[in-house]
Amino acid sequence: MLNKTPMWKYLMVFFVLAVGALYALPNIFGEDHAVQISAGRNTTVTTQTLQTVEQSLVDARIDTKRVTMENQQILVRVKDSESQLMAKEVLEKQLGGDYYVAMNLAPDTPSWLASIGGEPIKLGLDLRGGVHFLMEVDMNLAMSKALEDTVTSFRTNLREEKIRYRGVRQLDDSVEVQFRDQETLDQGLSYLKSRNPDWLFEEEDNLVVSAKMSQQKVLAIRDYAVKQNITIMRNRVNQLGVAEPLIQRQGADRIVVQLPGIQDTARAKEILNATATLDFRLLDTEHDVQAAVAGRIPPGADLVKDQKGVPYLLQKKVMMSGNHIIDAASSLDEYGRPQVNISVDSEGGNKMSLGTKGNIGKPMATVFIEYKPLAERDKNDKPIFEKVEQIISVATIQSRLGGGGFRITGVGSPQEAQNLALLLRAGALIAPIQIVEERTVGPSLGQENIDLGMQAIIWGFVLVLAFMAMYYRGFGLVANFALAANLVLIVGVMSLIPGATLTLPGMAGIVLTVGMAVDANVLIFERIREEMRDGRGPQQSIHQGYDSAFSTILDANITTLIAAIILFAIGTGPIKGFSVTLAIGIITSMFTAIVVTRVIVNAVWGGKRIDKLSI
Amino acid sequence: MQILNFKETVNFMKLRVPALFFSAALLIVSLFSLFTNSLNWGLDFTGGTLIEVGYQKPAKLDHIRKQLEAAGFADAVVQNFGTSEDVLIRLAPREGVKASKLGDEVLSVLREGGDQVDMRRIEFVGPNVGDELAEQGGLAMLTALLCIMLYVTLRFEWRLALSSVIALAHDVIITLGLFSVLQLEFDLTVLAAVLAVIGYSLNDTIVVFDRIRENFLKLRKTEPPEVADISLTQTMSRTVITSGTTLLVLAALFFKGGALIHGFATALLFGIFIGTYSSIYVASAIAIMLGLSKEDLMPTEVEKEGADQDPLL
Repeated sequence: MLNKTPMWKYLMVFFVLAVGALYALPNIFGEDHAVQISAGRNTTVTTQTLQTVEQSLVDARIDTKRVTMENQQILVRVKDSESQLMAKEVLEKQLGGDYYVAMNLAPDTPSWLASIGGEPIKLGLDLRGGVHFLMEVDMNLAMSKALEDTVTSFRTNLREEKIRYRGVRQLDDSVEVQFRDQETLDQGLSYLKSRNPDWLFEEEDNLVVSAKMSQQKVLAIRDYAVKQNITIMRNRVNQLGVAEPLIQRQGADRIVVQLPGIQDTARAKEILNATATLDFRLLDTEHDVQAAVAGRIPPGADLVKDQKGVPYLLQKKVMMSGNHIIDAASSLDEYGRPQVNISVDSEGGNKMSLGTKGNIGKPMATVFIEYKPLAERDKNDKPIFEKVEQIISVATIQSRLGGGGFRITGVGSPQEAQNLALLLRAGALIAPIQIVEERTVGPSLGQENIDLGMQAIIWGFVLVLAFMAMYYRGFGLVANFALAANLVLIVGVMSLIPGATLTLPGMAGIVLTVGMAVDANVLIFERIREEMRDGRGPQQSIHQGYDSAFSTILDANITTLIAAIILFAIGTGPIKGFSVTLAIGIITSMFTAIVVTRVIVNAVWGGKRIDKLSI
Repeated sequence: MQILNFKETVNFMKLRVPALFFSAALLIVSLFSLFTNSLNWGLDFTGGTLIEVGYQKPAKLDHIRKQLEAAGFADAVVQNFGTSEDVLIRLAPREGVKASKLGDEVLSVLREGGDQVDMRRIEFVGPNVGDELAEQGGLAMLTALLCIMLYVTLRFEWRLALSSVIALAHDVIITLGLFSVLQLEFDLTVLAAVLAVIGYSLNDTIVVFDRIRENFLKLRKTEPPEVADISLTQTMSRTVITSGTTLLVLAALFFKGGALIHGFATALLFGIFIGTYSSIYVASAIAIMLGLSKEDLMPTEVEKEGADQDPLL
């Protein structure tokens, strides 16, 4: 008998290897140092911006490789890290605060390759440097804030309907309404029920009605708290000017933030981890501040200090809270003092107008509230937050502040005004967050890890190649070709899958695959040798060898694949990287070790009568 | 070229009783050490802060310790990492300090003396995150074992499935035992390596079982232990070569892959060694002792995938 390969199989093998090689190709072109410019809230990137950028780079005598505009972003490619830094400084100065200028590494993929979706493998943080944060949203606080809001809305509901009640108060996880008599209770209960369908009401003794949130409402609040935090994180990250940030929900109350390639990690942490809200509240001018300091704080008022420690008496009622803020920008007023201009949404505008109606000429305080995580934890092992309030400005309301915007003065230095504007722009968090995991990798370590990983792969590869060529001679060379093809396919598939990132453990996975991929060929070749020893002819032996080794190879690889899939399912970060390369390696190695080698073996030895095999 | 060429069937099963005693002894030592010394859990599981810094010249660890002590970090563990210029500082989770700022604080303390200190990596893991990871890790290992047992039962037979899973547990426990006895750090990458050992060792076991099944059907009159011996002898050459090439690349990883990947390479090097041994002496021996006979493999009428089709390849 002869071993022949049908034409379609030649074509398939050729096609698969060609596609694999094509998509692996972008990885050999390396990366350019680049500066990336994206627009802030109030601007867009236009061809005019592009001209400004090009002109200012020419003026500053910075050589560029290419300047491109794509997806509302301008990418300036330069020769080295030195001119990258210079370009960044020049452009920041030229464009001003309306644009975000970030340093970046851009793949130097030829445009014809990029146009068919060719991209180099994404590198994990351990290879590229950068920051990884895992943040936890404080759900307790989100819940208690929701209860607080409900107390106010119940009061408003009852007042609207002119139903008399004795009091509304907030308990641990419920709200209690005390009525005066059974009649108003019935009336009130049915009205509250109709207005608050997602609350569960229950009548208790002594004319008390207690209300609890429905399970759906609890879930909705949790969901909202996480989503709002994600939105805010995205805004903050944009302000940091990171090239390819990743912000993702993880589990019920956690958020992952990854900032590859960022250099100033301390500043990133400061901006990401600050939790701030603003409240606008009227000053209580009817009572004496000194008496309150002495301990007689009137009901409905709070004592809050400003930055210098001067106490003020504020009405408890909040005119407007910071989550209505749309934008904030720092500037200098006509006297050269720093100020923050704040624009609010329509609801916030209405609240402000209502609050200021009839209060013209009265002083209003801007209260800055920060939630700082304490070291202690509550019984559920969740962090406890401390609420720190501080007045940052007291201004007299001169006219109705409605619609558009208003400004705060008396912020201190221009730098402080800038920081405050940044925080306000990011909006107000309804639930504070805390970093529960952090992994920061310096850029030098990233490059070192790449070098080490590459060395390990090359050494492992060369050692295995040498052994196989020595041990199986002709067939060994075929196996070696398959092994090389396997490496190319792994790289190609990794580059093609959008979510796959290469990490250091991932590189270890490739090394391991190199060692294990030859197993299939060893199994086949040992079988062929066995068949030859049993006295079969070369062609028969090849046929039998491939045939009987197949089910063994399949079983053995599927079990390893099971392990890889489980690793992927439960693993985070580095483990995921390892399992991805392992799984891809198993699949590609089955193709190269069984199909590709068979095609070559058939082509070289299969088509003619021979007495001996080079095995 | 041939490394192993057996003319005669090697009587592996003759040694099965002493081998099982040997395995039992290793298991007892490992379990004893795991219960008394536990594992040297890495930051991923304990929580805390880790800072890796690079100096221009070989770092003076004593000096660094003094600097940190003066700044109130008396509990800091300071050691070299990989090279003498590289220093690893570990801090336990602490009260009163915002943990995410700790890394930067330590950096500024080290830089105070005017030394050029390069930040290489900061890792902070909150205490409950660590607990979750440990839980997930244990769960992963159990799930892997169960899924594999299920697959082998479907493809082969319960005796083979049970003995292969016992062999896997054997490999995992002894590998963990090594890490416990030597107090090597056990972090997430080592956990990944242990799971890879499961995959590899099983790979080996499956190859042997496949041959045992084939031979049971081919050599109808031979006694089970002899069938095992014949199968082991036939696959011996492959076992040695594959283990050899895998150990070769792992050696490359161990020596060239850098300090971060050392634990990973160590676990795999040792695990593959143990896994190769166990697929011969634990998996096969137990399958035989469980009374595996040709009748058990008959009714399945083992149909090799692809045997009834035109050769796919």
